[in-house]
Formats: sequence, structure tokens, C-alpha cells
Amino acid sequence: MGIESALPVDSILTTQLQRVVNWSRRSSVWPMPFATACCGIELMATACSRFDLARFGAEVMRFSPRQADLLIVAGRVSVKMLPVLQRIYMQMTEPKWVISMGACASTGGVFDTYAVVQGVDQFIPVDVYVPGCPPRPEMLIEAIMAIQRIIDNDAIPRDGEGARLPLNIAVQPNFEPRSQPVPVTVGTT
Amino acid sequence: MTVATLTHPSLATIKGAFPSVAFLASEFRGQTTLVVPAARLHEVMRVLRDHPDCDFNFLVDVTAVDYLGYPAPVQARFAVVYCLLSHQHDRRLTVKVNLDPTLDTKGTAADPALEVESVTDLWPGAEWLEREVFDMFGIRFRGHPDLRRILLWRDFPAFPLRKDYPLRGRGEREHFQTLTRESR
Repeated sequence: MGIESALPVDSILTTQLQRVVNWSRRSSVWPMPFATACCGIELMATACSRFDLARFGAEVMRFSPRQADLLIVAGRVSVKMLPVLQRIYMQMTEPKWVISMGACASTGGVFDTYAVVQGVDQFIPVDVYVPGCPPRPEMLIEAIMAIQRIIDNDAIPRDGEGARLPLNIAVQPNFEPRSQPVPVTVGTT
Repeated sequence: MTVATLTHPSLATIKGAFPSVAFLASEFRGQTTLVVPAARLHEVMRVLRDHPDCDFNFLVDVTAVDYLGYPAPVQARFAVVYCLLSHQHDRRLTVKVNLDPTLDTKGTAADPALEVESVTDLWPGAEWLEREVFDMFGIRFRGHPDLRRILLWRDFPAFPLRKDYPLRGRGEREHFQTLTRESR
């Protein structure tokens, strides 16, 4: 990356081990996409070239939960699917983080019926919520950056008894909505 | 409504084959519906499939209707609906069976009044369709080879497409184990 050319050849850097570990973890967040609905399409767009999730080290989508450390719940979760989601969460190795992407995963969204879970955070721990229906890729990127901030501060902040503390990070959209296209009349006037 | 206004040719065939059975039939915008007594359903369906003048070789759909709160006068609380298609004659027919429950429709107990003969022996494709009707409405099919719920899980405590079942359910979506960060 060029840092070695800026330093003398036989130089030594000192740092804390935890910081090196956090730096390596935040630079290679491997997501497990749990994409059940249209949020999954935005998740795919985020990973593609226009938005390029690789810039944040999170482009390696792992479809085995044992190789992933970030669970992205993208889309509504039906009551029948929740045991699957919980099993996937349990199969992920520590340390692990969870993004609840979109209105449906966070609250059930418009699917206020007997068959849809009204927010996955009732049943699995969630670190970052992304609003939107579906959220734009920028918002998912900011959510991953929020996960990186969590990792940076300390991997698993805990209280005195060892329980993880809530982080209370709210993701804000970082784009300006543009005006709608001007209507076009086709044919002679 | 008189029989004379009904032009569907299969109705005459059915009437000839079952002279002692009282059928109801109606036509709406070119679509004919035949209402069959539940006890005679299977015989009628066999004639509709096998008689060369009917030849309904294809069962398009099996579904059901719950008429609770229907704004017009109704014949029964539930109706099972069979949509038939004859490729030979390029003709369609809807067959309906009316059913009235004898037990409280809020439970899942087997109601002998909500039962019709399965048509899986006539059209094997009816198997999953009848399972879905059972899953959503609690209408059971005698002679079905594998009458289990198809969409919901086995222990679901209701039949959710009945109109007296609340849209948001009765708490089924809230009763799970909760995983915490310490769960192993």
C-alpha cells in the first residue's frame, strides 16, 4: 500500500494488539447476505461495481455462516423463516455483527400480518438498523461503516457483568433526493 | 334464473347423468358455475372428466371461499371451488360445493361437516391444491393421500384464511425463543 516505502527499511512500529486485531477485522468484514426480498436486490447493487462494497473490504459475500462475521438481514422474515435465521445467527462464529436492512427486517414494514415477524430484533440481537424501503446502497454502505466504527471503538463493548452494551448508532441517509424528471409529451401538440 | 338461459353444454350432460339430483347453476359474463351437493361431488367430477361431451381433462385450481360477512345473500358459510378446463373442447367450468360448519370455526378441531371427497384420484394435481385449502380453511378431503398443512407449520393453531381469524393473528408471530448475544 506504499506505507513501507515511506518508512525506513528497518523501522519498527509499536501499537496495541487489540488495535491491530480491530484494524484487520474492520478492513475485512465478510457479510452473510440473508436476502429474502427486494432489499436483497439493493444489497447486490451495493456489491456491484457502481457502489463497489470492496472499497470497504466487505465485498466477500459468504453463503456459509461459519465463514462470515456480518449478518445482513435484507427483507421481510416470515414466521417460518425465523428459525432458519436464528440457526444461521447461531452458526456464525464470534465476533459477529448484525445489520437489519430495510423497514421489513426492522419492523415488519407493510406486512403487518400473522405470517411475518414484526422486527427481527425481537428474536436476534441487532447492531445497526437501516431505514428505507428498500434502502439505497449508500445507506447500506453507511451501515457497514457504522459496523466498522463499532469494531474500531472496541469489538464487543460490554458492561461490568460481561453483557454487550447497546451502541445506539442511527444511520442517516447521505444523499440528496433529486427532482423528478420533467414530463414529456409524445406526438404533435 | 331458468335453465334455458344456461348455454354451457356440459350442464345438459350432467343433468342427464344425474336425473334425481338437484343442481344449481349460474352464468356470469360467459363463465358458468355449477353448484353440486357435497355428497355427489366425486361422481359428478368423474362424469365431467370421463364423459366425451365434457372431457375436462385439466384441473386448473382448487380453492375455497369464506362467505362470512358477505354483502349479498349466500348459500353457505364456505364453498370449495374447482376450476376445470377441457383442452379438447376449449371450454371451462367452475364447480362449487357449499359447506356449513357445525363446530366453532375459531378452533382447529376436525369438523365432519367441513369435509368433501378428494379428487386426487381423478386429477393427481389436486393433491397440493387440496392441501392448501385444508391449510387455509380447515376443509378436509376424504381419501386424500397426504393431507398435511402445506404452507404453515404443523402445529399452527388456526386456519388463517377464515374470515373470523384476525389479520394480525393471535400471537403466533411473537412466540419464539429469543437469542441474545450470549446464546450458545
